[in-house]
Amino acid sequence: MLSELRTIWEVLKHTFTKAETVQYPEEMPYLSPRYRGRIVLTRDPDGEERCVACNLCAAVCPVDCIALQKDTREDGTWYPEFFRINFSRCIMCGMCEEACPTYAIQLTPDFEMCEYDRQNMVYEKEHLLINGVGKYPDYNFYRVSGMQTATKDKGEAQNEARPIDTKSLLP
Amino acid sequence: MPTIYIDGQALEVAQGENILEACLNAGMDLPYFCWHPAMGSIGSCRQCALVQYQNEEDTRGRIVMGCMTPVTEGARFSLNAENATEFRSAVVESLMLNHPHDCPVCGEGGECHLQDMTVMVGHRDRRYTGKKNTHRNQYLGPLIHHEMNRCITCYRCERYYRDYAGGKDLGAQASHDHVYFGRHEEGVLQSEFSGNLVEVCPTGVFTDKPFLKHYSRKWDLQSAPSICSGCAVGCNIAPGERYGKLKRVHNRYNHEVNGYFLCDRGRFGSGYINSDARLDYAGIKKPDGSFMAVHQQQAIDTAASWIKHKKVAGIGSPRASLEANYLLRELVGAANFVAGFSDREAEIMGTIVHSLKHTRASNPSIKQMEAADAILILGEDVTNTAPRVALGLRQSVRNKAFELAEQMGLPPWQDAAIRNLAQDQRSPMIIVSAMDTRLDDVASRCVSLAADDIAVFGYAVAEVLAGGKSEDVAVNEAAEILLRAKHPLILSGSSMSHTGIVNGAVAVAEALEAQNKSAMLSLCVAESNSLGLALLVDSGLKTKPLSISKLAKKSSKLDALIILENDLDRRSNKADIDLLVTGGAKIVSMDILENSTLNNSDLVLPAASYAESQGTLVSSEGRAQRYFPVYRPAAERLPSWQWMLQLADACEHKTLSELEHFDQVVAACAASQPLFATLVDVAPLRDYRSQGQKIPRQTHRYSGRTAMNAGVSVHEPQQPEDTESALAFSMEGLNRDEPASLIPYVWSPGWNSNQSLQKFQAEVDGPLKGGTAGVRIIQSTGLGALQSSEPAEPTLKPHHWLLVPVHQVHGSEEMSANTDEIAELAGRAFIGIGEKVAEKLDVAEGDGVVVTQGKTDISLQVKILSRVAKNCVGFSAGYSETLGLTAGSLVSLVKDQQWVRATSQMIATDKGTGTRGGSAHV
Repeated sequence: MLSELRTIWEVLKHTFTKAETVQYPEEMPYLSPRYRGRIVLTRDPDGEERCVACNLCAAVCPVDCIALQKDTREDGTWYPEFFRINFSRCIMCGMCEEACPTYAIQLTPDFEMCEYDRQNMVYEKEHLLINGVGKYPDYNFYRVSGMQTATKDKGEAQNEARPIDTKSLLP
Repeated sequence: MPTIYIDGQALEVAQGENILEACLNAGMDLPYFCWHPAMGSIGSCRQCALVQYQNEEDTRGRIVMGCMTPVTEGARFSLNAENATEFRSAVVESLMLNHPHDCPVCGEGGECHLQDMTVMVGHRDRRYTGKKNTHRNQYLGPLIHHEMNRCITCYRCERYYRDYAGGKDLGAQASHDHVYFGRHEEGVLQSEFSGNLVEVCPTGVFTDKPFLKHYSRKWDLQSAPSICSGCAVGCNIAPGERYGKLKRVHNRYNHEVNGYFLCDRGRFGSGYINSDARLDYAGIKKPDGSFMAVHQQQAIDTAASWIKHKKVAGIGSPRASLEANYLLRELVGAANFVAGFSDREAEIMGTIVHSLKHTRASNPSIKQMEAADAILILGEDVTNTAPRVALGLRQSVRNKAFELAEQMGLPPWQDAAIRNLAQDQRSPMIIVSAMDTRLDDVASRCVSLAADDIAVFGYAVAEVLAGGKSEDVAVNEAAEILLRAKHPLILSGSSMSHTGIVNGAVAVAEALEAQNKSAMLSLCVAESNSLGLALLVDSGLKTKPLSISKLAKKSSKLDALIILENDLDRRSNKADIDLLVTGGAKIVSMDILENSTLNNSDLVLPAASYAESQGTLVSSEGRAQRYFPVYRPAAERLPSWQWMLQLADACEHKTLSELEHFDQVVAACAASQPLFATLVDVAPLRDYRSQGQKIPRQTHRYSGRTAMNAGVSVHEPQQPEDTESALAFSMEGLNRDEPASLIPYVWSPGWNSNQSLQKFQAEVDGPLKGGTAGVRIIQSTGLGALQSSEPAEPTLKPHHWLLVPVHQVHGSEEMSANTDEIAELAGRAFIGIGEKVAEKLDVAEGDGVVVTQGKTDISLQVKILSRVAKNCVGFSAGYSETLGLTAGSLVSLVKDQQWVRATSQMIATDKGTGTRGGSAHV
């Protein structure tokens, strides 16, 4: 008897508290930057595509909704020839972002992805690639990697010594 | 069998093993880098450390290297002792000091032995704060990509390339932490086996360059067990596919045949499968000579209207499967079936089949050849005609070293010690050939003779073996080494287009057998199914099988002609082909790539390549092996056997129209002659299940299933079903414990690289747990195969030379020559002459010479050979430029004054891509 009264009292009390729900879509809720919504592909600080087509996002994806094919630029660097995410399968788990070694793939707070036609949920690279660095402003994978690029010679990457002259007798 | 104790666990191990092998055999995970089952131990990487205790009381023990420590009775070890695990982790940490941050952009990532070992020892965080050493890369040709920064200096590449494969142009340079593995200067790697560096290197220093251009991770490749169609050796391969393109070819272990290694033709020669010159649809020739694309059914109906109740002949193919050839033979009748060999080759193949069926000598596998301690090669440049066999022969000449090691009590895996001990001492190998061969550097004697004289040489050796005498030093030496040997090997083949040479080799083998020596006789044949086809036509007919030239003569009486995967330009002369084409018979032909035979046909059918179809090939060893489709053929391509069945069905053929499945075709083929009875045992039938499921072609981590087709339609299609084999186009199922002929790829938990193979082997370097793939179908009667044919001395006119075919690993094989990278390496066709002839003609290397054979004039580039038999000149065989030349004919040579020398070869860059039609691995 007492507990029932208490329940009624508690419910009554909540009638006067501020509502947690908001009048979406008139009023937009706050979503933190680390919210896991629509996936984007970002660019490095130099404006180049960050994705190196390493395939780790595709490998880790639990619903296998990422497919891509590696291609090679003139200077030998890697990039995706195509990069496709089937958002009708995506569960926004963020494991691709965690696996990405170049900070290329990032999840954004945008979750409004409804479509009347499921085919429109298939995003190609042109839909995914944004003109920005996303959450990681400074990172450029090719400045760390030992691979030679058009703008970086061997030995010029982070923490690298100059290339060894194998014909030298010096220690 | 000694008993050893590892972490208190008693293990029965084989005498003579080392601890690393013992641990791996026991299923324990002991990390290693420099040790390789085929190359033994050198103890350089210090990775396989464990603790050895003196006795039961000893608790401290000492660190020993597993690969360098032989097993002894009662020895005690610990794999998990703290100091051992710490040591191994420290070794990986030090190896990683200079390792670049490359994994995401490395062609080895995901199947990297270094990644596996790093995870296995538990190393994670970098403590060293100093700078990383860096190196400049080299251009190593169109096949191998070099990224030296990733090196961990295990020396495997150098040991493989120089010591195992006999290459000379790759080695270690500099010292201490400056060690560099590369060439003395940039340039194309010269070895025919350079591709194995990709699999030998435990990290990503050497990677597959064509694969890298359009790379996919190992876990994303759909693979199937397959057989290389590059030559008649029958190496087992595992091609990988993604997005409908063949991406790469990897080695598939077969204990008896190819072991761990492939040749570059086999590994890199499949790019033609992705070529734009592939046919997609059937075509009917219009009156103006162009083709109109038609649907499968329309094509079949048209063909049936030409074939049904008519007089039809068929031309088979030595590069098509046994089943397809069998079906064609049944469809047109044995009397109207032409094997599809050139007339000359048909004769040689007849001799070879007769020899193999009746010889007392054994026909060895490569594994058995590696045990040979004396070798006589008659007329064959094995490195270019049966490359993987040549790699085996390079191991057999080392038997002298192993013999010395045994006297010293050294175990065979003590690689460095044995090489030091033996230095240049090798088992004897005598090469009798018209010109230099790629095995000359390990031969004890090379003899340069014209084709007829090689045959005479063989007979002379046989005579000496039988107790006769000879004046010739080389003949006496050959007889002596063969008599002295425990496992003598005589090797010859069809590459010189000379029956006498084959008979000469058979005579030597028979003479040895007559002396109660067990001889090995290996006869190389040209194409992947040459032997199977020859066996097929050899039986069932009392008269001699029909040849192309005979068929041409009676072509006017034919209503239709069916040509199976055969470009007649390579088999016959122009006159005969014209007769066939203009004889009035309707020509139905099927092939993989466009060629002139297809263009001469009235109906063309697009055939599936080996990677899209299944069939049986018989290797020169007489081993029947099955290949399975890696992926479904695109467009309206069909495997040839299915085209044949549909044709038979449309013609309401009595027996064939009852067949529906591949297994039924195999069964029918097996029943057709006693020799083929075991064909049904070559691989499990389509109803085979492992743990209730089919064997998956895809890895368990095959990615992108719900996205790869979403670009076309978001509605996901059903996985394609394979109704013809025990393999599935799926990731469901278990790739474990299946028969060896069904293993699509190797992977084991913790072992992502190809080193996971040891988990599939019954013991280290032994056969697979699922047995050895393939069935040897030729059982010799042992009655003796001697055929007498006394070769006549050729009469030479002055200023005339005898043409000798020179086979090239890159360029001579029909299909692989259509791959960009192979075409680049093949270069232009050449005429090989000795220095004296060059002087006489006043030409130097790279100049042009007009070769006149009868009415044919061909300008060819000059190549100066180091040794050449008198009056002989060599021409690159199998090149489209030289198809008009006939081996053994007399030609005259004149300097070509109009010849434009090729501009000196520029060293291309790593970005260089071919521009020819057959773009590889796109």
